[in-house]
Amino acid sequence: MTDTPPGSPPVTVGDLALEVRSKNAGPFWVTMELFMRDADGYRVVADETFIDEHVIARLYRVDAGTVRMFRIPSLNVVKISFPRPVSQGSLRDRDMHAGQHHVPLAALPVPAGAPITAGAGRG
Amino acid sequence: MDNRPDSVRIMTPVGMLGAGWDEATIERGLALGVDVITVDGGSTDSGPYYLGSGTAKTAAQAVARDLRSLLKAAARADAPLIIGSCGTSGTDSGVDWVAGMVSEIMAEEGLDLRVARIYSEQDAAGLKEHLDAGRIHPLPPLGEIRAETLEGCTHIVGMMGHEPIVRALEAGAQVVLAGRATDTAVAAAYPLMKGMPAGPSWHAAKIVECGGQCTVDPRAGGVHTTIDADGFTIEPLDAANACTPYTVAAHMLYETVDPFEMREPAGTLDVREATYVAVDERTVRVEGSRFHTADQHTVKLEGARITGYETISFSAIRDPLILGDLETWADLLRTHLRRRVSQTLGLTDDDYAFDLRLYGHNAVLDDLEFETGTPREVAVMLLVSAPDQATATAVAKVANPLMLHMPVPRMNYLPSLAFASSPAEVERGPAYEFVLNHVVDTITPTAMFRIEHDSTDGAHHHD
Repeated sequence: MTDTPPGSPPVTVGDLALEVRSKNAGPFWVTMELFMRDADGYRVVADETFIDEHVIARLYRVDAGTVRMFRIPSLNVVKISFPRPVSQGSLRDRDMHAGQHHVPLAALPVPAGAPITAGAGRG
Repeated sequence: MDNRPDSVRIMTPVGMLGAGWDEATIERGLALGVDVITVDGGSTDSGPYYLGSGTAKTAAQAVARDLRSLLKAAARADAPLIIGSCGTSGTDSGVDWVAGMVSEIMAEEGLDLRVARIYSEQDAAGLKEHLDAGRIHPLPPLGEIRAETLEGCTHIVGMMGHEPIVRALEAGAQVVLAGRATDTAVAAAYPLMKGMPAGPSWHAAKIVECGGQCTVDPRAGGVHTTIDADGFTIEPLDAANACTPYTVAAHMLYETVDPFEMREPAGTLDVREATYVAVDERTVRVEGSRFHTADQHTVKLEGARITGYETISFSAIRDPLILGDLETWADLLRTHLRRRVSQTLGLTDDDYAFDLRLYGHNAVLDDLEFETGTPREVAVMLLVSAPDQATATAVAKVANPLMLHMPVPRMNYLPSLAFASSPAEVERGPAYEFVLNHVVDTITPTAMFRIEHDSTDGAHHHD
């Protein structure tokens, strides 16, 4: 169970993952994957009461109705796709390959009491 | 076709022509046995510039090196070589660019392979007929297009499926240089032509399209795949590298919206029921892949248009007094810049646009940035867009004294900031955007593509 001492930084989704990544899926979509370390970590991020389309919509300021989520227990992966908010290559596109937009997702704090192995953090 | 083989062996040396590989991986692939060599030559991933300008992202020398290796391998194995999306975006100029190198290399190496070029560029007038006939449909998130959108594109390509490639091979081509093709069509064409089942052929083609990306060590070279009646078996070309059920299955996630389904011109690959089993510690067997043929064959369009001309200016801040009040500083700069541009150039806000990026502060995530705290130093990039280059550069020059001396309110003096170069302005030329995400209901799978067979004397013959 999560049992972090008071004052220590919260355990994040990234702490429980092998890799969190984002990338263009064609010029008009961005897709992200949470590759979790194990089934426990997968259960945390696959839980709809923790991450659902509305959470993604708030995090990335997109319309929840356009967010597509795929939960893949055989790979311990949650995949999230939504239309690119900024047109690729346009004046205001600061991330041509959308390769750095996983960071807000990775930084999401895991709910207190989530069933995870203590000390799973990466670095 | 002739006698159906029991299996088809594909060697895919890399995910992108021009990225290079260790020649030992090609030798190992040839030793395993190869029926066809396939490689992707393009992608939209690096942005609309390459389609918009009809130029390649890759260096000619790097592409030529890879071509030499593959042409020699194809000749030794007596196996066709198929290259898709030539010249990054698959424009006609991209196909001809690669074809020119192929011709030179074959002359130098004494090779005499029959080359087919498949052109996929579309003209707006032809597409307008499809539009008027109701045969062009948007894919989300885009909406319906108008004829003006087609006319405004500098280049439009259609993404071919396997059919034009098969036609070129059946006509005797030993080297197929395809314009824009789906990443998967490049590797699926030959096994489909040889009667392999569609599910495994398309699934294998998706897994190999990025070369070693489906292996434990993606930098160690490409993959070797054998497709048969029941599925496919895949291993890395490098004997020290490995495919695992996890790395192969996970590759369906890569750069795809949907990890279970993938639409191709002829139908939809469905991997929901696919199984991934380790044959040994570095080889994976995949079965259960399905392909659902579509009622309507479609070809996806890609088009790019010029959005304007851009000029960049680049300065930097180290003074903690400014870094401590950075948002105020940036707001002041934006306000003063608009005012000075109006005063000096007589432009309104609608006549140009700019993006002020604070690298080191929040440039990458912009308003999604959640970290706070004062950065140690910040790079200031001003990106200006205007209808012509001279205007964009004029705006950047008007910004120059502001990017050099703009103070924050607590300073009663003018600081001098750290320009990275002089002149500070860098002209970027035309900038582009993708404007099409639409499909055409085709009359026939090959009708939108033009096949030309090069004879060894350099002449062209229409198919």
